[in-house]
Amino acid sequence: MATKKFMYLNRRSSFGTVYAIESLEVVLIAAAFEQDVSLAFIDDGVYQIVEGQNADGIGMKNFSKTFHALGDYDINKLYVSAESLEERGLNVDDLMPLAYEDEDDDWAEKPSIKVVSNAQLSKIMSEQDVCLSF
Amino acid sequence: MLHTVNKSSFERNSLKSCLNTIDNTSVILLIEDGVISAAKNTNSPMIADLAAQGRVYALQGDVEARGISSKLADNIKLVDYAGFVDLVVEHGTTVSWV
Repeated sequence: MATKKFMYLNRRSSFGTVYAIESLEVVLIAAAFEQDVSLAFIDDGVYQIVEGQNADGIGMKNFSKTFHALGDYDINKLYVSAESLEERGLNVDDLMPLAYEDEDDDWAEKPSIKVVSNAQLSKIMSEQDVCLSF
Repeated sequence: MLHTVNKSSFERNSLKSCLNTIDNTSVILLIEDGVISAAKNTNSPMIADLAAQGRVYALQGDVEARGISSKLADNIKLVDYAGFVDLVVEHGTTVSWV
């Protein structure tokens, strides 16, 4: 099957709408079809991968843990908007330490998250075959 | 009056609309994605004065779900669901800025 470059734009936080969890579902489907998948976290989407979420008090599933599984699906290109982080008083240390094992480098564990400027993100988006916004 | 805001101030203007019409005795309770406005960020100045008067509350469960417990802006008061009920009882009319 032909491989295409898919980018998923995550623009909303985790629990207020269904967009975040639906995006994650579709990301995993694309990975199952062995597509070239990247994720971008922009606007309130950066809250999806903030470390230390605890959904016990609202009776919803804390699906943020699922992001840790993405590395095992060869999804290791997670771009985070620097501008969106800064607006929200966040930095990369506030995010979950998402990582993958690089099979081309003796399975060394490497970070999946890359903080990029909106200008860099724009360039990465232009290199995609498909961009899906959630 | 009690004003509840359930949308992020980065995504919708409901907090701004609420602030435009709020009177001197009303309080704001941030719930659901509204609690994003309770975090210390570039939108914090919007509610800083009201918070300093002790008039801004945020629902604890929603704060914890979003991982921002340690990043709250100054003077935000956390309440649980029972506290939510108390606010409704205490302040009479509630406006939900959905």
